[in-house]
Amino acid sequence: MDAILEMKGITKRFPGVVALKDVNLAVRPGEIHAICGENGAGKSTLMKVLSGVYPHGTYEGDVHFEGREQRFDSIRDSEELGIAIIHQELALVPLMSIAENIFLGNELTRTGVIDDEATHRRTVELLKKVGLSESPEELITNLGVGKQQLVEIAKALAKKCKLLILDEPTASLNENDSQALLDLLLEFKSQGMTMIMISHKLNEISRIADSVTVLRDGATVTTMDCGDSPINEDEIIRHMVGREMADRYPHREPQIGETVFEVRDWTVFHEQHADRKFIKGVNFHVRQGEILGIAGLMGSGRTELAMSLFGRSYGRHISGQVLLRGQEVDVSTVEKAVNHGIAYVTEDRKGYGLVLENEIKHNVSLANLPGVSRLGVINEGREYSVAKDYQRKINIRCPDVFQHVGNLSGGNQQKVVLSKWLFAGPEVLILDEPTRGIDVGAKYEIYCLMAELAREGKCIILISSEMPELLGMVDRLYVMNEGVFVAEMDVAEASQEKIMRAIVKAGKD
Amino acid sequence: MNSIVEAMAPAAERVSASGFIKKNLREYGMLLSLVVIMAFFEYMTDGTLMQPLNLTNLLLQNSYIVIMALGMLLVIVAGHIDLSVGSVAGFIGGLAAVLMVEYQWHYLPATAACLMAGAVIGAVQGYFIAFHRIPAFIVTLGGMLVFRGLALWLLHGQSIGPFPREFQLLSSGFIPDPFGGEGLRVTSLLLGILVACGFFYMSLKERANKLQYGAAAEPLGFLIGKNVAFAAAIIYLCYLLASYKGMPNVMVIMFALMLFYDFITNRTTIGRRIYALGGNEKAARLSGIKTDRLSFYTFVNMGVLAALAGLVFAARLNTATPKAGVGFELDVIAACFIGGASATGGVGKVMGAVIGAFVMGVMNNGMSILGIGIDWQQVIKGVVLVAAVFVDVYNKNK
Ligand SMILES: Nc1ncnc2c1ncn2[C@@H]1O[C@H](COP(=O)(O)OP(=O)(O)OP(=O)(O)O)[C@@H](O)[C@H]1O
Ligand SMILES: [Mg+2]
Repeated sequence: MDAILEMKGITKRFPGVVALKDVNLAVRPGEIHAICGENGAGKSTLMKVLSGVYPHGTYEGDVHFEGREQRFDSIRDSEELGIAIIHQELALVPLMSIAENIFLGNELTRTGVIDDEATHRRTVELLKKVGLSESPEELITNLGVGKQQLVEIAKALAKKCKLLILDEPTASLNENDSQALLDLLLEFKSQGMTMIMISHKLNEISRIADSVTVLRDGATVTTMDCGDSPINEDEIIRHMVGREMADRYPHREPQIGETVFEVRDWTVFHEQHADRKFIKGVNFHVRQGEILGIAGLMGSGRTELAMSLFGRSYGRHISGQVLLRGQEVDVSTVEKAVNHGIAYVTEDRKGYGLVLENEIKHNVSLANLPGVSRLGVINEGREYSVAKDYQRKINIRCPDVFQHVGNLSGGNQQKVVLSKWLFAGPEVLILDEPTRGIDVGAKYEIYCLMAELAREGKCIILISSEMPELLGMVDRLYVMNEGVFVAEMDVAEASQEKIMRAIVKAGKD
Repeated sequence: MNSIVEAMAPAAERVSASGFIKKNLREYGMLLSLVVIMAFFEYMTDGTLMQPLNLTNLLLQNSYIVIMALGMLLVIVAGHIDLSVGSVAGFIGGLAAVLMVEYQWHYLPATAACLMAGAVIGAVQGYFIAFHRIPAFIVTLGGMLVFRGLALWLLHGQSIGPFPREFQLLSSGFIPDPFGGEGLRVTSLLLGILVACGFFYMSLKERANKLQYGAAAEPLGFLIGKNVAFAAAIIYLCYLLASYKGMPNVMVIMFALMLFYDFITNRTTIGRRIYALGGNEKAARLSGIKTDRLSFYTFVNMGVLAALAGLVFAARLNTATPKAGVGFELDVIAACFIGGASATGGVGKVMGAVIGAFVMGVMNNGMSILGIGIDWQQVIKGVVLVAAVFVDVYNKNK
């Protein structure tokens, strides 16, 4: 069958970086084509070239869609031909309703006036297609990330798309939502839609993809056709990383000591609805050298728990005790929490983690400016070498640490956030979805880092929606549901089924 | 993966002069456009612009704008705006007149009281903005009306003057000249040479520092060329000033403040935090920065500088009038934006704002010499403001 999409010899340069070097991509009609590669390999950039975000003329090479060469000047042009893209970072307007968001820039009108009735009707149809039962009038801010992702898809469907591009659609979804989304994609496929999906989750790729293109350092390494046999994950990894990877998780021998960090009766009320209890009397402790996991579904309150502990950054009417080595400590402001050696690595790097307009090195030093200054005057040499150090240690891909963080690929931005908190030298490190959007190789590096910190006697709290990651890394875990811890288990006795069962059981009670 | 990073690193460090200029075009572009504008008016006014008398006037006329632009830059970088500075300057001028002329205070305590009053005004506005999250635009719009009204009330709608002689010297005085050279004020010239050498030394040292820790530094030839040109410009300007009455006192103040704020923004943790606050407040707060307090202080600082500008202005006119400072906020804000500050916060340079202020000042002065009416002056200034920001944004997107 002829390709519906062909990209030939695409080269894209940014100042100081060649993001794509002579990349070729061919996609057949009706298939799900996966694109894999390490962070910064150029996946998102390739899709931006395809969808007209980078207009014709800013790159070299040709794009052929449905047999004709296309020169898109803007996203509009590509949308007109039926190419819809869902970007890595969600792009919905939080204070607008679902319906308004779906038809934003594409409003259904009658004689120039917005046709509310038709909008409502169409939205209901579209929501049904993606399996959402929300009212079209619901505001986006009230939806969880998983549902927002579905709204994004509905928005793409509204444009009658033939080719749907999904850039890491499941990165911020939990297991269940991810499965549902993949099922949805398979259903679209059976209706004849063509899809391109970028993902770092290889199990998902092997489940739904018909062919896989691997990019490395901005060049096409290979395109694998799956035919009937499922794709071999290890082979993808080998192409991505350029070498064999024996293990996905580092081997550790935990040396667990005394309890270091303890939380008693932690209760938090919802930030907007002050009468709603959000975290309901949570008790937990972490011991020296231990990696503690917190499992749970999206919206179960894990992030809120962590943020409220970290200088009351979330919620109201917070009560409860925080003890450090048996002593009660005051963590009522972020500064105090940091001074007590607590660090929180946010799950929302763009919103809460980074100053995108600032240089990498400025972001790295931000949480520990005293560490690079004397009497309030910054020692730029020290700041530079600190940033350089982390760039090397956890492999932040950038020409130099003078680069603005906004220009980094998603995964590399994540590494900058991580560096920032590592440099703050915490005793208790709370990691909220630390490997979201990070490639397998870099994930392994981050796991090694965690293992290393634990060996040094630090306490690590890992909040993750990826169960294999939890089971692979932690020593002990709590399961959280609707603001309470519903189960505690040692990793030896834990399994995905057990965790899910605990959640379901709690939901029923 | 490693090999790529390593292959890239030396390339980044071995910047050629042309590559470096291209990368820093934004910074040098500003300075260049100031030079071009000056050359243009110098030519159009048949050399009047750079005559020692006019140059001295130009500096005096712009000193208060520059002083306020320093504070405004911090406010804008922090993600706010202050519309009240003109009114505050006017009000403080009135306050100074009442204290010194009506109540016969000594000029020193009166000056101190005025600066304090500025701080209090800034604190009150900052309190609502920082701790109660009322948009700065609204609070300072209110402040603009309030302090204009208070100035009218304080002066009973009339002008009050003249000020004590010592106070006038703030604006109309020149630095003393012990060498007493007739015709040429040697001290001013020497000071200029000293400053030029100081700059040269500092930039060499900074480069050596950068190289030491292995960062990309300017190519040496380029650095020397730049600094020679820069030093020559400073010495020439000082020579021109010296051949009139020497350096005005207020220029020394302005220059000292400029260096101080440049240092604060570039080199200190406070400066770094203000940029982070303006760039992403949530991220800054989650990094342990007390963002509310920081916003508050930028307004206190702005209040003090607006008060100082009000004093300089009053001393220069030698009377306080209720109309003093009308429209200053526009020039000050325009200076910051022409100088490359971003309206959304997080971006901007002190030196940019200073250059921006002089771009406006030279245009004001040059157009007045040319006899262009106030009507067209405003049109041209407005166009230049938008054009400057347009070019800046356009370049950035490219
Ligand atoms: N606007 C830009 N300016 C400069 N460099 C850029 C810009 N956008 C992307 N890059 C660089 O191009 C390279 C490819 O980035 P891209 O976002 O395509 O990576 P990716 O494969 O999507 O990675 P990830 O898995 O982390 O999302 C990176 O090295 C990045 O730093
Ligand atoms: Mg990407």
